[in-house]
Amino acid sequence: MGRSSHPRRTAAVLAAATAGALLLAGCGSSSGNNDAAGQGAGSGPCGTTAKTTVTVGLFGTFGFKEAGLWDAYHKRCPNITVKEDDVEQSADYWTRLKTRLASGSGLDDVQGIEIGFVADVVQNHADQFVNWNKVPHAAADKAEFFPWKWQLASSTDGSDTVGLGTDIGPEAICYRSDLLKKAGLPSDPATLAKKWSTWNDFINFGKQYEASTTKQAGSHFVDSAASVFSTAVYQGKEAYDNAAGQPDVKNSDGVQSAWNYATEAAQSKITAGLEQFSPTWNKAFSNGAFATLACPTWMMGYIQGQAGPSYAGKWNIAPVLPGGATNWGGSWLGVPDKAQHKAAAIALVEWLSAKDQQVTMWKQGGHFPSNSDAAADPAVATAKSAYFSNAPVGKIFGDIASKMSIPPIGLYDTQIQQALTTQLTNVETKGTAPTKAFGDALAAIKQVTG
Amino acid sequence: MSVAAPAGPASRAARRRSSPGRRRPGSRIAYLYVLPFFAVFAAFSVYPWLDTAWVSLHDVRLSTYDQMTWIGLGNYRDLFTNQFFWNAFRNTITIGIISTVPQLCMALGIAHLLNYRLRGRTFFRVAILMPYATSLAAATVIFLELFDPKLGLVNWALHLAHLPEVDWQGSKWPSQIAVSAIVTWRWTGYNALIYLAGLQAVDNELYDAAAVDGAGKWAQFRYVTLPGLRPTILFTIVVSTIGAAQLFGEPLLYHNGKSDGGTSNQFQTLGLLMYQQGWTNDRLGLASATAWTMFLIIVVAVLVNLFLARRRERAGR
Repeated sequence: MGRSSHPRRTAAVLAAATAGALLLAGCGSSSGNNDAAGQGAGSGPCGTTAKTTVTVGLFGTFGFKEAGLWDAYHKRCPNITVKEDDVEQSADYWTRLKTRLASGSGLDDVQGIEIGFVADVVQNHADQFVNWNKVPHAAADKAEFFPWKWQLASSTDGSDTVGLGTDIGPEAICYRSDLLKKAGLPSDPATLAKKWSTWNDFINFGKQYEASTTKQAGSHFVDSAASVFSTAVYQGKEAYDNAAGQPDVKNSDGVQSAWNYATEAAQSKITAGLEQFSPTWNKAFSNGAFATLACPTWMMGYIQGQAGPSYAGKWNIAPVLPGGATNWGGSWLGVPDKAQHKAAAIALVEWLSAKDQQVTMWKQGGHFPSNSDAAADPAVATAKSAYFSNAPVGKIFGDIASKMSIPPIGLYDTQIQQALTTQLTNVETKGTAPTKAFGDALAAIKQVTG
Repeated sequence: MSVAAPAGPASRAARRRSSPGRRRPGSRIAYLYVLPFFAVFAAFSVYPWLDTAWVSLHDVRLSTYDQMTWIGLGNYRDLFTNQFFWNAFRNTITIGIISTVPQLCMALGIAHLLNYRLRGRTFFRVAILMPYATSLAAATVIFLELFDPKLGLVNWALHLAHLPEVDWQGSKWPSQIAVSAIVTWRWTGYNALIYLAGLQAVDNELYDAAAVDGAGKWAQFRYVTLPGLRPTILFTIVVSTIGAAQLFGEPLLYHNGKSDGGTSNQFQTLGLLMYQQGWTNDRLGLASATAWTMFLIIVVAVLVNLFLARRRERAGR
């Protein structure tokens, strides 16, 4: 429970200002009884005037602490100390969160909610979370976000919203310009934007790459068929769920077209056949085993981490996603109804998802804002990335984010996608026939949906 | 454990003296001493068993644990008509055999050799236990590197020897052999040490006598070491069978922490399948049914082991 350090002078000023309030509230007493609808008046912008430690349950790399936001919040609300409760993998985090929701105990004051399980939280646990349509600043909160981002965390009729958005993952194509040049192909973003506007164009370009006699030995055009599939599937009207909200993989237009593109890519051998996020895939960022990959905003950081500084300037980003704009990843922050410090947690989440903080998260960690004002802020909109050959990343991803439309996300999207991309690996590496692979995937999906 | 009502102090004392095997009153304290074990056993083994049995009769997901639907034996029916279950069942047996058999044979040989008066014997005895002391995750990462189909050392060596490269991850038998290699590497030393301990009970004079009779090392192994170790061997077979039936960590890590055991489930074991059902697919009822089925399979396997061993022993006499 380490208190964040901050300059002593500020502390003294703020301490004087809040001393009276602290005495009245009684130091250390919790504000557990604060009702969401009842807070706001009197308790100030921090949700409570009592000395409070707000716990925040997160997974992976949200990066609030690294971006200095906890320290900043402590300066703003000296009575509030934020304590992170981290789990490395989002799947492990989700298992833990489910267990705690089922038992109704052990929940943190704020809980991170990932796009992979937001549908489950909305459908099965909405009543256990603060409804953001009913907090005092509801209208103002809602107005800040891209509408689709708000909708994904809301019930179908929009009456219940379980979290406020943090980052999103608008996608473009990241590529190695040196590898494209070596293969004798165009490598400037403007030309590629035209040449990669549809998946067919993209795959045909890939065939040229493979046919090149000068391309780097052992290198392929795209990292994996999964890169094509998991992007294209959300460009359909439906992804894994039908209009009635039931998983229906066989009849989905998104799955059908994505499967066709991905298997064509696999069978025309333009993919490197790597399983995404496997150690071999990680190594391939620097050994040149592939020239392109589908690239949500957060992938830029991943690429830099895997490829390292010596590849700066060799990577670039094309301002295009074949087949139209879509999203990969992103999270929300929710406040459990049983949170010990509910009012303080609500105030913290509202502050974290506000424009300035989302701009900070972009500048410090490359998390693209889900707050549309933040996305339009010059600090985001005009941002360039030196590592990616000075690509205007703020404009590229901002344009894609503003054009985005997303089909409904279902309860089992993560598992279903895993089953399909696993089978794509078999098509790529073992030459499994696509129809057999699809059948195998359906059998595995049946295990999930029951 | 009913104790007959005492007829009187005199007769009780007499009886105690006349039958020395009879329990003294003070021995009841012994129950108190063993009580903690049984209390812990009840809380952490019996209760979870029963609870798992109860859950296995329901359709229930982790996300909605409060909504259980009674479906009787539905999960078991699901399981026995389920290609993934039978696949995992077969894999568990094949991986179990190709890891346990060579492992125990090698352990026996190593123990036999280490039992001789070697120079630096203690060093070798400690060294063979090193793999067992290594963290499973670290070991598997190394094996993943070795068996990497594209950049691995094993394929590189095969290439140098002008042999065809093998897909150690995607193909069924190579991947099962690779997983078994990790298991064998880790547990051989452990079993060798157990055999070595068993050999300490074998009289050294038997070896000396055998040597005088002109028996070579191999003959000594067959006629002195093996018969001397028979109970120990039985013990390690039972323990290894249980271990093999529960194999989990190696195949999990061998597919980068994914519970599917390879892209075609080619090395998915029952333990992995259960984990996948429960924690990846969220179906706790089905996972519980798998857990109970696994338990029964292990009991049967151990009984078969004991039966075979006893029959051999009788035949050997």
